Amino acid sequence: MSSINPPPELYRRGRGRLARWIVVFIVFALSVQFFRIQILKHTTYALRSDKNRIRDLPIPAARGTIYDRNGLVIAENVPGYSIVVLPSSIDSFRVVLDTVAVILGHSSEKTERLMATYRQHPNRPIIVESDASFAEVSAIEERRAYLPGGIIVEAAPKRRYPAGAALAHVVGYVAEISDEELQLAEFEAYAPGAIVGQTGVERVYDRVLAGTPGARVVEVNALGRVVGEFRGRETVPAVPGRDLYLNIDLPLQRKAVELFPDTMAGAVVALDPKTGAVLAMYSAPSYDPNVFIGRFEPAEWLELNSDPGRPLFNRAISALYAPGSTFKLVMAGIALREGEADMDTEMPIPCRGALRYYNRTFRDWTPAGHGTLGLFGAIRESCDVYFYQLGIKLTLEDVLAAVPDFGFGSATGIDLPSEASGAFPPDTAWYTRRYGRRGWTNSVVLNLAIGQGENAQSPLKMAQFFSALASDGSLPTPRVSRDGPVAEPAGRLPLRLDQVMDLRSSLVAVVNEEGGTARGSRLRRWTLAGKTGTAQNPHGEDHAWFIGFAPAEDPAIVAAVLVEAGGHGSSMAAPIVARLIDSYLQRYDGENRAVETSGG
Amino acid sequence: MREKAPFNIGDPVILALTLGLALFGVGMIFSAGELDMPSSVTGIWQKQAVWLAISLVVFALALRVEIRWIEWVTPIAYALAIVGLTLVLVLGSGEGPRSWIRYGSIGFQPSELAKLATILVLARLVTGRARPADSLWELWPFVAVVLLPLTLIMAQPDLGTASVFVAILIASLYWSGLSIPKLILFVSPLVSLALAFSTFFWGVWVLLIVAFLYRTRAYLTESLAVLLANVAMGVVVLPVWRSLATYQQVRILAFLQPEADPRGAGWHLIQSQVAIGSGGWLGKGFTMGTQKRLAFLPEQHTDFIFAVVGEEIGFVGIVLVLVCFAVLLWRTLLVAERTSDNFASTVVFGIFALWLAHLVANVGMTVGLLPITGLPLPFLSYGGSFLLVSFVALAAIQRVAAEHRSGP
Repeated sequence: MSSINPPPELYRRGRGRLARWIVVFIVFALSVQFFRIQILKHTTYALRSDKNRIRDLPIPAARGTIYDRNGLVIAENVPGYSIVVLPSSIDSFRVVLDTVAVILGHSSEKTERLMATYRQHPNRPIIVESDASFAEVSAIEERRAYLPGGIIVEAAPKRRYPAGAALAHVVGYVAEISDEELQLAEFEAYAPGAIVGQTGVERVYDRVLAGTPGARVVEVNALGRVVGEFRGRETVPAVPGRDLYLNIDLPLQRKAVELFPDTMAGAVVALDPKTGAVLAMYSAPSYDPNVFIGRFEPAEWLELNSDPGRPLFNRAISALYAPGSTFKLVMAGIALREGEADMDTEMPIPCRGALRYYNRTFRDWTPAGHGTLGLFGAIRESCDVYFYQLGIKLTLEDVLAAVPDFGFGSATGIDLPSEASGAFPPDTAWYTRRYGRRGWTNSVVLNLAIGQGENAQSPLKMAQFFSALASDGSLPTPRVSRDGPVAEPAGRLPLRLDQVMDLRSSLVAVVNEEGGTARGSRLRRWTLAGKTGTAQNPHGEDHAWFIGFAPAEDPAIVAAVLVEAGGHGSSMAAPIVARLIDSYLQRYDGENRAVETSGG
Repeated sequence: MREKAPFNIGDPVILALTLGLALFGVGMIFSAGELDMPSSVTGIWQKQAVWLAISLVVFALALRVEIRWIEWVTPIAYALAIVGLTLVLVLGSGEGPRSWIRYGSIGFQPSELAKLATILVLARLVTGRARPADSLWELWPFVAVVLLPLTLIMAQPDLGTASVFVAILIASLYWSGLSIPKLILFVSPLVSLALAFSTFFWGVWVLLIVAFLYRTRAYLTESLAVLLANVAMGVVVLPVWRSLATYQQVRILAFLQPEADPRGAGWHLIQSQVAIGSGGWLGKGFTMGTQKRLAFLPEQHTDFIFAVVGEEIGFVGIVLVLVCFAVLLWRTLLVAERTSDNFASTVVFGIFALWLAHLVANVGMTVGLLPITGLPLPFLSYGGSFLLVSFVALAAIQRVAAEHRSGP
């Protein structure tokens, strides 16, 4: 290669200088970009770097144990495991779900539900299984090396209800908080994945029982695998929930379940008449709240919810029934208060099995009739003809105005959700609105007087009213929880104490005197008092009522039983009440006295 | 000029900087392997250290080789590189780029040799010309010797490495004294290619070229050829786009819009920026980078070694390394300028262009200024072939510098 080039120095000096400045410019431009990222936007990227690797893992708080009045366990925690996934991306989360689905036997619907949860809360740990068995946990731990990252096995105490179906409606159950619930103000403080009470005591006292979940801060790698605790922030320990003691007497509750006819629907309520303590509350048919815990598929809930027997429905507080003859005590009370009658007052027309009023015949429950009776006897024998006439005598307007004074204007205010307020016409204008000006007559008072017609009350409400008769006339506020002071009475019957005692003595006669409608249910050891009721049921057989208390001299327990389509109260409901009260008094009356004497 | 100077190692600043960067590189590769989980990168720094030792031995040997001998051996090197690139395509298999020739556990990338060989061939072409070309037609041999390895590398496919050949070609022409207007016309079809994604910008560019041709009173045939090339590039870009491998398309799209798919293609870029950005002034400390430790940062020992520097040593470390490169490149240019040997000068400038292209492509990619091309950072990134070739190139520079020093 002969070199006949022009001296390259001619142009290369200039080109070299240009190239040098290009180098300087490039290095400067790159430095500026690094300055922008590293210095100006440092905070943003530092946060992102932290967010990349730091995850809050909730530490579940142990839920408080629920005890009955004897310290017997109603709801407790048993060791359990939950499988939590820290999602790192939507694709990897799906891979994780598909993998665990094989081990945990998840349906594709469950996987899709979890994907939906992830889309809503992409940065939160997702509980893919809240109730994993030990075998499943072992299966995951064994395959750890082959499994995608981000799968965490956590100890998660699991709820168990030893009483099962016997106490389902009172205690309720817990479940993972739903998206709808998260929207509610009541659940403002709760995070997704939180376990909350769904109904019953678990719901009402959730704040007490739940405690406060803690948080563990962990560092994860790019695969979502937990590398270790993050040292930058302290672990916040969980604060366990407080224990809750109920007024419920578990043995009594079990007795109620045992006594209630298996195939029938209805409710049992037992109260302490002095304090309103709910000693037992049973609604039939019932359900096992344990099925809601852990692996609960929505299909199971739908099945329970669409059961024609409506097992989820708490008939003791949410169902309304015509009170039937049990309401005669309210009529008697009104008559006593207005001075329209005393316990011996007789009605003009003796009972011949029916009463003609204008052109209609109003039948007595027994075609044979009761003859001439005073108020005392009319209650004892539940004489309808007597009360028809008492209703006419009191007048419809006065009856409508007086009934709310006896506590029937509002709900009892029990500490359980979904209590239904009773229904009773507020005034005659209500009838006009409902049936039209000519669609009704004053004869509706005859029906009201025997607890039929436009009158519907819950078993709890009736138990509350009878509690007033079993005490000094004050209407106790029913309380399931034993925590805190006894609730203020909801009100008082507008009667003098002697009038209350008069009514009570008539109730003693119902059970204990010749001709009393519940004479078959009298007790050997205690004086049982009470009132039968047979409520007309437009859909079939009459509903059977009995509300009783004992010992009549100083009542310790009031029990109301309603058996849907059970026929006569005297034959169906009264024996249940009698045996229930007997079992309670046998166990407690003696014991309490023993404690009192030894203590005092 | 022919005086033998076995102990003259050339420019001591250049040698110190390259040695310093290479040792720093081994240190950063060690850090890149320090993860909170098992990683194939752990311990890989030892391999790099061995490669560095081999490179230094080869450097010392190569330093003894005269420039004239290099000039003589150029066609052989070029032929070897082309054979290697062809072999890679024939022997390689499987998904992704095929760029390795393996013998047992030793692997070599012929594309690294091809870079150096192409620089040498171009330098010979420049030297072979009596004067700088006045017509673009005269540049066809330059285009041909670059197009051959470029096509073979595109077939691997390795777009990033292929683009380095374009940079080498342009740099050689620049250094050959080709007039700047001619250089602009020569490069114009490439600009068309880049702008073809937007019809508006491409249209504006073509109009500018027309105006430029008119102003410079270029030859008619040449003008028509340039225009035709620009139009063809604009038209051909869609088929070319379709011919790209999916991962290449995804990478380019991710560069344009990294947050569109933060867990997918944009992941590399976002995690690299997060690593660098979270480093701040002084970084999180050597080996302490969390982005790297927890494996959020991908390819931390090769493509994104500079992100590890940014995360662990911070802005101060970044600027120090960049200044080292700036001084290294500056001194290299001085060597190219000062030598009176045309071939040697062009070779040194070609090496300068090669390193600059790698620096810009690699660093630009870690901060999101350029698409992810996978080009390693000279002396720092893990990779034996590139390190070895870099030290051979360094030997050439130092030899030229030494000859100049001890020259007349």
